[in-house]
Amino acid sequence: MLRELFRFHGGVKPATNKSASTTSPIAKAPIPARLVVPLHQSLGSPAIALVEPGQRVLKGERIGAAGGRLSAAIHAPTSGVVRAVEPALVPHASGLREPAVIIESDGEDRWAEPEHINYRITPPDEVRDFVRDAGVVGLGGAVFPTHQKMRPGSGGKTRTLVLNGAECEPFITCDDMLMRERADGIVSGAAILRHMLQAEEVLIGIEDNKPEAIAAMRQAVAAAGEHMEVVAVPTRYPAGGAKQLIRVLTGIEVPHGERSTDYGVQCFNVGTAYSVHEALELGRPLVSRIVTVAGNVERPGNYEVLIGTPMDELVRLCGPRADTRFLVMGGPMMGVRMPAFDVPVVKATNCVLAADDKLFPPAPPEQPCIRCTECAKACPVELQPFELYWFSRSKNFGKAQEYHLFDCIECGCCAYVCPSHIPLVDYYRFSKGEIWAREREKAAADQARERFEFRNFRQEREKAEKAAKLAAKAAETRAKLAEAGTAEAPAAAEAPAAEDPKKALIAAALARAKAQKAEIQPQNTDNLSPQTQAEIADIETRRKALEAAAVPASTAPAPQAADAADLPDEPRP
Amino acid sequence: MITAILVMAGIAIVLGLTLGYAAIRFKVEGDPLVEKIDAILPQTQCGQCGFPGCKPYAEAIANGEADINQCPPGGEEGVRKLADLLGREFKPLSEEHGVEKPKSVAVIDEQVCIGCTLCIQACPVDAIVGAAKQMHTVVEPLCTGCELCVAPCPVDCIAMVPLAETVHTWKWKYPVVEMRRVA
Amino acid sequence: MIHSPYVRKAVSVQRTMGLVLLALIPGIVAHALLIGPGVLVNLAISTITAVGAEALMLHLRKRPVAIAVGDLSAVVTAWLVTLCFPPIVPWWLTVCGALVAIVAVKHLYGGLGQNPFNPAMIAYCSMIVAFPALMSQWPPAGQLSFDTQLALILGGARDIDGITGATALDALRTGLRSGTQTVDAVLQGSAFGALGGRGWEWISVGYVAGGLFLLAKRIITWHMPLAFIGVLAGISTLFWLLDPGRFASPLFHLASGGAMLAAFFIVTDPVSGATTPRGKLLFAGGIALIAWLIRNFGAYPEGIAFGVLLMNMCVPLLDMKTQPPVFGHHKDAKGGGK
Repeated sequence: MLRELFRFHGGVKPATNKSASTTSPIAKAPIPARLVVPLHQSLGSPAIALVEPGQRVLKGERIGAAGGRLSAAIHAPTSGVVRAVEPALVPHASGLREPAVIIESDGEDRWAEPEHINYRITPPDEVRDFVRDAGVVGLGGAVFPTHQKMRPGSGGKTRTLVLNGAECEPFITCDDMLMRERADGIVSGAAILRHMLQAEEVLIGIEDNKPEAIAAMRQAVAAAGEHMEVVAVPTRYPAGGAKQLIRVLTGIEVPHGERSTDYGVQCFNVGTAYSVHEALELGRPLVSRIVTVAGNVERPGNYEVLIGTPMDELVRLCGPRADTRFLVMGGPMMGVRMPAFDVPVVKATNCVLAADDKLFPPAPPEQPCIRCTECAKACPVELQPFELYWFSRSKNFGKAQEYHLFDCIECGCCAYVCPSHIPLVDYYRFSKGEIWAREREKAAADQARERFEFRNFRQEREKAEKAAKLAAKAAETRAKLAEAGTAEAPAAAEAPAAEDPKKALIAAALARAKAQKAEIQPQNTDNLSPQTQAEIADIETRRKALEAAAVPASTAPAPQAADAADLPDEPRP
Repeated sequence: MITAILVMAGIAIVLGLTLGYAAIRFKVEGDPLVEKIDAILPQTQCGQCGFPGCKPYAEAIANGEADINQCPPGGEEGVRKLADLLGREFKPLSEEHGVEKPKSVAVIDEQVCIGCTLCIQACPVDAIVGAAKQMHTVVEPLCTGCELCVAPCPVDCIAMVPLAETVHTWKWKYPVVEMRRVA
Repeated sequence: MIHSPYVRKAVSVQRTMGLVLLALIPGIVAHALLIGPGVLVNLAISTITAVGAEALMLHLRKRPVAIAVGDLSAVVTAWLVTLCFPPIVPWWLTVCGALVAIVAVKHLYGGLGQNPFNPAMIAYCSMIVAFPALMSQWPPAGQLSFDTQLALILGGARDIDGITGATALDALRTGLRSGTQTVDAVLQGSAFGALGGRGWEWISVGYVAGGLFLLAKRIITWHMPLAFIGVLAGISTLFWLLDPGRFASPLFHLASGGAMLAAFFIVTDPVSGATTPRGKLLFAGGIALIAWLIRNFGAYPEGIAFGVLLMNMCVPLLDMKTQPPVFGHHKDAKGGGK
C-alpha cells in the first residue's frame, strides 16, 4: 500500500452492526402481485408517464421518460398490466403522495427486447442518452442521474475516477455483498465509466472493515486485466460521503455547490457502476437493486428487489419481530423514517431497517446546549454545529446561512455525539426548509411585482397610444370635414368637430359597426359539416318561432298571468 | 473668555465640516424605505389594503397615510416585519381589510367560461390567458391568489383553490422541545 | 417523532459534569489533607445551597426540575465556587457565593448554557469586592485544627493575624511593595514551599492530575490549558529573566494561587468560553496575560478571576472572528479554491 491517504475532519464510529446481514448470499425477492413505481425517482424532475391504465407492459419496458435534463427514465420492473397512474404514498418523510405507475404483475416476469449499443463506437452524447433512458441513477442514496455525471471535466479528461464502496453507514451491507458476489460486473461498469470520463486512474475505495469485498474486487480487477486500484480506507463514518471519500483518496476538497469534475475527480457508487454495466453490456435497464433488510428482524440479509415492491412484503421475508414500530429507509445515521409499512422500494432504497424501541430508543429529553463543541469536533464538514443550532432555534436564518448551513450534509455526526441529546439535524432540516420556502416565496413575489409593474406600464402605454391615435384620427376627420365643408357652414361644421373629435369618431364607428353587423355572420359557423349546418338551421327556426311566440305573450297580459300561476318558479319575462 | 469662545467655535466648525463631509460621503440614494416596505409586502397586488397594488401601499405606509396592518395576504408575520422595520408597535390585522387565508390560486371552470375577458382585464399580474369568446385559463405559477378576477366573472366560473402541500414544497417542522413535556 | 440519526453515543451532560467532579477530587483530597478539612464543610454547604437554589429557580422558571438538577451542573459550579474561596470563610459567605453563581449569573441569564460569564468567577469577584478581608484569609498549611476551622466557618470570632497567614502571592506582593526585599528574600518566608505557596503547591499538582484525566477522557481539549499555561509561563519567564529581583519565576506563578485550578477547570468552562480552536487559544492566553498583569501590577494579589470575566466579554467577538474554514474552503487543501 503505497498510496498516501488523507484525513477528513471529525467523523464518528458508531457500532457497525454489519455482520448479521452478510452471512447469506444475496437472494432474489419474489415478485409482488402489485408494484408501485413512483415517477419521481431521481434528483431533478420527475419522469413523464408513458403508459395508460389497462396497458400491458413487459419487464424493462420504459413506462416513464426522463422529464428534463436532470431526470432519468423509469421502467416496468416486471411484466404485467398497468392498473393506474395516480398519486401513491412514496418513501418520503413527508408522508405525502406523488404520482406513480401501479402495475399488477402477471408473474411471468417476461423481459422486453433488450436494446444494445456499443459504447466504444457510439458518440458520447448518445451513450449518455442511452444511460438516461436505461434509468440509471446514483444508487448510493442520492439518486443523481448518472448520465449527467458521465462526462469528462475541462480539457476532455478526468484525472481520477473514484468508485465508492466505502458504505460507512451501520447495518447497510448491500454494496459489500454486491462487491463480494458481482465484482466482475462492477469492474466492467468501472471500465465503461473510465472510458466515458476519459479518466487517467481508477480508485476503488472500500472501508477496511470489508476484507472479503476488498479481496473480491482485487481479484476481479486482476482477472479483467484492468489497471484499477482497490484502496482500503479507514473505517470512520461518514467516509462513504462522496466528498469525504474523494478527500481521503486524493486529498482534494470539493466545496459545497461545486462539481467534483471541475477538480478532476468524479465519484460513483459501486452499485451504480454495476447498473451501468447491466445497461450497456447486457441492455438491461435499472429495474431492481440490492437492498439490505436488517434491524428488528430474525434473519437479516440482502435481497435483489424489484423497484416498486412494497417494503412490508420485503421485510416479511426476514421475519420481522412483532414490536417493530416503524421502518427506516437507509441507515440509522441518515435514514428516512417511512410514513407507512407498505411504501414501495425505490432506486434510492439501499436498506430497510425495522425499528423498535430497543434498537432505536425514543429520543431522550433535549437538554440545553452547553457549547461543549463536541459537535464541532465530530463534524466532517468542519462546521460549528452548535452555532447553527442557536441560529436555527431562534429562526435567525440569515446568520445560519452565513455560518454555512447549506454546507451541512446532514450526516448526523453532531447529533450522535451531543451530550445534551439535541436533535441538531432536525433543526438544520427545519432551517433549510424555511429558507427554501422563503426563497420560493421571494421569487414568486419578485415575479408578481415585475409582472404588475409591466402591466401598469403596458396600460399606460396603451392609453398613450390610444390618445395619439385618437388625436391623429381627429385631425384627419377635421381635415376631411374642412375639405368637404360647404361654403355656407364652414364654421358650424368645424366648431363641433374641434370641440369634440371623439363624438364624431364615435358616430362614424357606430355607422361602421352597423354596416358590418349586417354583413357578418358568427365565425364559428363557417366550415361545418352539412349535418351541423342543418342542425343550426333547425335551431335557428325554432328560436325564430319562440321569438314570435314571445311577442304576443308580452303584448297580451292575461295569458301571461295564467302561465305565471301555473309555473310560479319561472321568472317573468 | 475669548479663548473659550474661540475654542468652542473651533470645535463647532470642525464638527460641522465633518458632518457636512459625512452627509456627502455617505449620501443615501433614493428613498430606500418604500423599497424596503415593498420588499416585505407579498406582492399579491390584491388591493385589499385599499391601494391599487403593493407599491402604492408601500408608499402610503412610508408617507404615514396608511397603517401597517392592512395587508391580509402578508398576514401577522408581514405586520410583524413591518413593525420591526418601522420601529412601530405590532398590531393585529385590521378586520375591515380582510382576514388571513391559506395561499390559494384561482381556477377557471373551463366548461362554464364564456370568454368575456373580464377576468383577464382584472388580473393584476397578467396570469390569465385567453381571448374574446375563447376559453380562458389561469397560469398557476403566476397567480398570486389576489381574488380580483372572482368578482368580475359574470358566470361565476372562477374558484379559489387552496394550494396543497407537495413533496416539493413540504417543510420539516420546528423540532419539538421536549424539556417541558417531561416535567 | 424521532428522525435520523436514530442512534446516539452514550454521552450526557450528567456524565460530563460527573467526570469533572471526579477530576476535582485529587485536588480536594490534597486540600483537605494539607490545609485542613474545613474545605469539605464549605463544599457541603455550597453544594446544598447551589442545588437548592437551582431547584428553586427551575421551579420558578417552570422548567422540569428533576432533569436539570440531575445534570450535576449546579454541583460543579458549587464546588468551583468553594475551591476558589478561602477554605475558612464563614458559612454565609459560601452561601452568598453559591447563590450569586446560581441565581444571578446562571438562571437570570436563562439557565444552563446561557450565561455569558463564568458563575464561579463572578461569585469570587463579587465576594472579594464585598468582603475583601474575609476573602483574603488563607490558612497556612496544616496549622489550623479541624475544630478551629469549623469554628471559623460557623462564624466564630476571628483573630485574623493569629490564625491566617498571607498567601504566597500576597506575601510576595507585600514584600515587593515594601520596596526593601527582592523576590528571593521574600521566598525564604514561611508561606513558601518548594514550588509555590507551601502546601498549596501540592493541591495544584492534584488539579493537574484531574486536568490530565479530563484531557484523556476528551471532556476538555488541550487548547485552553496549553494556551493558559503557555502564556503565563512565557510572559513570567521573560520578565523573570529580565529582572529576577522584581519578578517571580514561572514555576512560582504556575504553582501559586489558583493557576492550575483555573487552567483545567475554570478557563475550560464551555458555556462562557470561546468555542473555536483559535478562539480558545486566544481566550485562555488572554486570561493568562491579564492574570499576570494583575498579579504584578494590579491592586489584587490574584487576577485570574478578573481575567476570566474580561475575556468572557470578548467571547462573542472571538468566536465570530475565528470561525474556522469549512470543508472545501481551506487555503492549503488540494484543489480547494482551485
